[in-house]
Amino acid sequence: MTIFVAAAIVIVVLSAISLYRVVAGSSVFDRVLAAGAIGTNAIALLALTGFIFERPDMFVDMAIAYGLLNFIGTVAITKYLEREGEQ
Amino acid sequence: MAVVGDVLLWMGLFFIAVAAVGLLRLPDFYSRAHAVSKAETLGLGLLMLGLALHEGASLVSLKLVVVVGFVFLVNPVGVHLLTRTAFRLGVLPWTREAGERTPGTVGGGDD
Repeated sequence: MTIFVAAAIVIVVLSAISLYRVVAGSSVFDRVLAAGAIGTNAIALLALTGFIFERPDMFVDMAIAYGLLNFIGTVAITKYLEREGEQ
Repeated sequence: MAVVGDVLLWMGLFFIAVAAVGLLRLPDFYSRAHAVSKAETLGLGLLMLGLALHEGASLVSLKLVVVVGFVFLVNPVGVHLLTRTAFRLGVLPWTREAGERTPGTVGGGDD
């Protein structure tokens, strides 16, 4: 239980570090990359939350859905940027 | 079993920390993409396997392994897609002489 709380706190701190790159990133690709990394951290955070509240069966499903949406979001933004750049 | 799970969990946190530091400190987009695509994927995989070992054999641990497999397939592919788009749109890689070059500017180095 305590190790899950500690791991969740570490994940949150690391996501805050990655958030610097989203805000200050020198190109739009850096921002998308850092947002994807934060999304990947959020998958781990959801699974850890399930273990903290002792209901991993519900939170693991949410983690699966979040992983799918994270990938789809990155691909959608990438396709949009590619189309914008070709014009 | 729980001890092995704890060790895997902290190893996963270490690799996620490596990815975050690389995202913060590396000089250009391509090297940051390298840090995120590999270290982040491995870190999440180790962390999820550690959680699965904590849980023991059940449907939850099976789903955790499924998440790991999905992320191992999809995360490097997504970062590769982003990197290919950046290359096509003219983002130049960092060199020691020119430093970080902004998109659209050509010159510096030997290109």
